[in-house]
Parts: sequence; C-alpha cells; structure tokens
Amino acid sequence: MTAQASQPDDRGHYGVFGGRYVGETLMPAILELEEAYNRICGTKEFKEELNALFAHYVGRPTPLYHAKRLSEHLGGASIYLKREDLAHTGAHKINNTLGQALLAKHMGKNKLIAETGAGQHGVATATTAALFGMECQVFMGVEDIRRQAPNVQRMELLGATVVPVDSGTGTLKDAMNEAMRYWVGAVRDTFYVIGSVAGPHPYPKMVRDFQTVIGEEARTQIQSQTGRLPDQLVACVGGGSNAMGLFYPFLDDPVKITGVEAAGIGIETGFHAATLGHGSVGVLHGSKSYVLQDADGQIMEAHSISAGLDYPGVGPEHAYLHETKRADYQSITDDEALAAFQKLCRFEGIIPALESSHALAYAFKIAGTLAKDRIVLVNLSGRGDKDLGTVFSVLSKS
Amino acid sequence: MNRIQKTFDTLKGNGEKALVGFVTAGDPDTRTSFELVSAMCDAGLDILELGIPFSDPTADGPVIQRSSARALKAGTNVASVLEMLAKLREKTDIPVILFSYYNPIHAYGPQRFYHDAAKAGADGVLVVDLPPEESDELSCYFDNDDFSIIRLVAPTTSETRMKTIAESASGFLYLVSKTGVTGSDGLETTDIKDLCDSLKSHTPLPVCVGFGISTAEDVRAIARFADGIVIGSAFERTIEENLETAGLSSMLADQVRVYKKAAR
Repeated sequence: MTAQASQPDDRGHYGVFGGRYVGETLMPAILELEEAYNRICGTKEFKEELNALFAHYVGRPTPLYHAKRLSEHLGGASIYLKREDLAHTGAHKINNTLGQALLAKHMGKNKLIAETGAGQHGVATATTAALFGMECQVFMGVEDIRRQAPNVQRMELLGATVVPVDSGTGTLKDAMNEAMRYWVGAVRDTFYVIGSVAGPHPYPKMVRDFQTVIGEEARTQIQSQTGRLPDQLVACVGGGSNAMGLFYPFLDDPVKITGVEAAGIGIETGFHAATLGHGSVGVLHGSKSYVLQDADGQIMEAHSISAGLDYPGVGPEHAYLHETKRADYQSITDDEALAAFQKLCRFEGIIPALESSHALAYAFKIAGTLAKDRIVLVNLSGRGDKDLGTVFSVLSKS
Repeated sequence: MNRIQKTFDTLKGNGEKALVGFVTAGDPDTRTSFELVSAMCDAGLDILELGIPFSDPTADGPVIQRSSARALKAGTNVASVLEMLAKLREKTDIPVILFSYYNPIHAYGPQRFYHDAAKAGADGVLVVDLPPEESDELSCYFDNDDFSIIRLVAPTTSETRMKTIAESASGFLYLVSKTGVTGSDGLETTDIKDLCDSLKSHTPLPVCVGFGISTAEDVRAIARFADGIVIGSAFERTIEENLETAGLSSMLADQVRVYKKAAR
C-alpha cells in the first residue's frame, strides 16, 4: 500500500486533519470502538457475514451503467453511472450502516442512534436496526423533517423513533450536535452510527472502509466493460462518504478525482455548503478538517437545496486530498443541480437524488469539453423519490 | 506559587472546599456579564470558570446552549472575553480558568491565545473537546507553571487512563460527576465518591466535581470527599430566568453565599 492509501496514522490523522476532538466522557467509547473495529472487522467471519448481506440483502454489486443516450447528447466523454441508487433503501448509506450495526452486534450493543440530514442515513440505520432486532433513535433537524417527509415516514414504519431537533437551523449539523449530546449520556450501552466520513477517529476511516465496496466494484466493472480505467471520477461531497467510497480504491491510479460540493444559491451570496472550496481549517464534531466558520471560529450555517449536502463540515480525508491536491473540489449551485436532475430523468429514465445531481451536473458540464474516447465515472449515490416535494415546490415557483 | 495552588492551600488551612463557578462570558452582554461576575467574586467565589461561547456546544445541555447563544448574539468573542478578564483582574485575585471548546481558540491561534490569556490574567484553560491525545497543539506553547491545563475525568474513564490524564494535568482535576451533558438531572453521590477516591489515589492535585450539581444539599454531599465543587448551569439558570430583574447581581451573590456556606 502506498503512502497515499495508508492514511490515517494510528491516532486517526490524515496529515494535520482528523484526530479525536471529543470530551473525556466519549473518549473511552471511541477508544473501545477503535479496538473493536481493528479486532473484529478484519476477520474472515465478519467479512463473510457482511458480504453475504451485501449480496443478498442490499443487492450488490450495484450496476455500472453506461448512460449512452445522455453521453451522445452531451457530445463528449462517455458517462458511466455507479448505480448506488439501486442499493436497498435507495442510497449508498446502507453499506455503512450494515457494517457498523454488525460491529455493534459483535460488541454486544443493542441500541443504535444516528443523525440524518436527507434522511437516507436515518432510513438505512432504521432498516439495519429492524434487520438485527435493535432499538433505533434517529436525530433529525426540524427543517429536514419538513423537506424530507417521506423518509421520516419510512423510518417510523421501520420501527425507529425520529427525534426532532429544533436548535440552530434544524439541519444536519444540529442533528449531529444533538446525537452527540444524547450519546454522552447513553454511551455505555448505545452505539452511535455516524453516517459520513466525519466525526472523531475511527469513524472517518471506518465509514470509508465500509463504503469502499463502491469503488472496488466500480473499478472492476469499468475494466470489464471498457478494458481500462476511467479518466475521471466525480462524486458529490457533503460529509463525503459516497465520494470517499468511490475514490479510495483509485487513489493510486492515474485517474483524475473530482468532488462536487453544493454552491447553494451561489458562492458569492454566502448561502452555500462549499466547505473545501470556501471554508477554512477548524474543529467540528470531533475532527479537524475544513469548516464554514466566521473569523471568531463560530460555525456558520450551510445552505443547499439538498439536505444531504447541507453541512458546514467535511470529512478529514477529503481535507487531506484537497491539501495534497490528489483530488480537486468543485461546486454546483441549486439551480444547476436541479437542471441535471431533470436531464437524467428525461434522457435515461432515472430519478437521481438531489445530492447526486450535484455530481451529475458537474459531469455534464465537463463531458462536452472532453474527447469522445474519455470516460467519466459518476457516483449516482441515491435515488430521488425523497426529493419530489422539494423539486416540485421549486419548479412550480419558476 | 500560582493562584490555583495558593487558593487550595488556603482553603485547606481553613478546612473549606473550593466553590468553582462557571459563567458564560458576555451573557447577556459584556457590560452586564462583567457586573454579574464581579458580584459573584465579591460574594466569595473561590475560582471562576469563564466560558468562551461556541456556536455548537456538544457537551452542554439546553441552559448553557441558550446562554452561549445569547452571548454570541451580543458579539462575544475570544478578544472580548479576554478584555473582560483583564478588567476583572483589577478587582479580584481569585484564579480564573478560561473554559472553551477548541474551535474558537484554534481560530484565534493557539500561541496567540496562550500569550493573550496569560497577559489578561488567566490562570489556566479547560478545553472540553481537547483530550490529552490532541492537546499538544495548544499546550506546547505554555512556557511556565503559572498557566494550568485543567483536565476532565469522566465516569467512563478507566483507571489506566485516569493515571495518564492525571500525569498530564496541572492546577486541579475536574471530575465529571456523570455521563451526560451539563445541567442534567440525577446525582449519585456514592458513585461519585468512589470515582473521586480512585482518582485521588493517582494524583496529588486537588479534585473538583462538576455536572448536575444545583442545590446546597448537593454541595454539602460532594464537599465531604472532593476538594471543590463546580457549579455552572444553576447560575446560568438564575441568569436566564432573571434577565429583566434589577437585582440579578445580588441574587447571584446570594446564591454564591448559600453554596459557599455548604462547602465549608
């Protein structure tokens, strides 16, 4: 393994990023988790159990699909879509929640908590809890509860309790604050299933490792379909778990890597979630990374039409890939994402999540500028049924 | 000898325990906050923990969350807290610990923070989300023994870890009385005593107990075995419920006297 891929160090640092910035009450739990993860997750038994669930419950491998009609329309590079939208529960989030819940089971913990923005991670955690017969509480901001109502209903059907969070802006950051507060009080018997490559070590590494199945499959699939590696990878980045999962197996390959953040209603307006592009280094939710903050180190509100990208932080490994310039981070506005959403519906018969629509929008933007023999592989991280309310309310205004 | 040691030595000589009070600086605004804190110091507070407000206080319950939000709304930042501290130093000689989450300090610059905090008259700092594993990036700038790094020990902390934490701490140790955020209910004094005893077997430093202590009765129970009692949310609750009351300073002063009496 090369230096690039061997991150983090044994204390969870990716260069200067990452680490464990949490209160003492949680430190022992995080150390216990790290020990358990290292001891259990590498074993043959654990891998077989998880792989069986991936195959028979999630429906893996998910397809890699050549979007021919759209590629022709764009007139340049070939676009390939990694169809995580076809995974059970409709997004990549299930890869991670199954891994973490299986670990919780091996650790003898029967209660799961999670934070959620778009609700996809909440649904995936609730699903996993139902599958394993565990208790589940999902913390969700009141604003997100409003704009992602179908997912709230799904979580409730699955037997989870959705805990509304009305502090701050009632979005993902506040849900994560509240989940951490709850965990501090329930740390002895409760497993916190973090949904992104964020949080204190070992979460960024653990979540990446569980999501790496995306990139591993895609790498094999693109080679068997085209006989070669892609020229460029594109994935959306909120916290960044679907992107890390796709990118990681390609880090040592001669492949261009692009993460796409949410530019909201425009970077210049200040209402965006482009943490890497326009934030600065800080400490939030247990790790050092880029954050959106003011000069006094107070965290600022993020904005994005997509609840899953509406977060003022980003996983520390993305910060590291950004600093070392191994990956390039771009941003896409709400309007551009919405246009890409509609385009994929019309040209390919696929309704993408608004999160994934940011990656699609960037890929559509560059495809026409690239030669026809180029391959751009986009992570279609989730499906868009949950976003119909948001999309129609915006479209009806314009 | 630094102010913290001197305070604990004097209290020990008098057979008293330290009353440590936490207040969010700048709540509801800098001028009022200064008056409130001054009144508390005058009323006999032994050690002051001055909170630097943060937008995302993940270790705090609703009372301190709201006090932080009020302070931030009034424009409080590291610089204004240090200014307030420098002004307090003209009036009082009690130890003052700055209490913060790491990000505001990181944004201010760790080295600059240490320099300016020491200059303003701070005796140490407690950074709630900076465990010993990460704290070198701040403590590497501390160049004398008069500036302490106060460490937290929790009910979840193992014996081995207690020892490591105690070795890297200075000033005093802050024993968190229970799992949970600040201001939560339910105090188990027997459990805390056992924790306190085992912590004391690893360190000569004084041990102060905090989180969830709100009545004089709680204070009396903890004072039997700990070297000090930390009260935060109970003061903040008084502030919050009496923001419009003219006599708020004297109410807080009375509250300090009641606790202080119970800590004797």
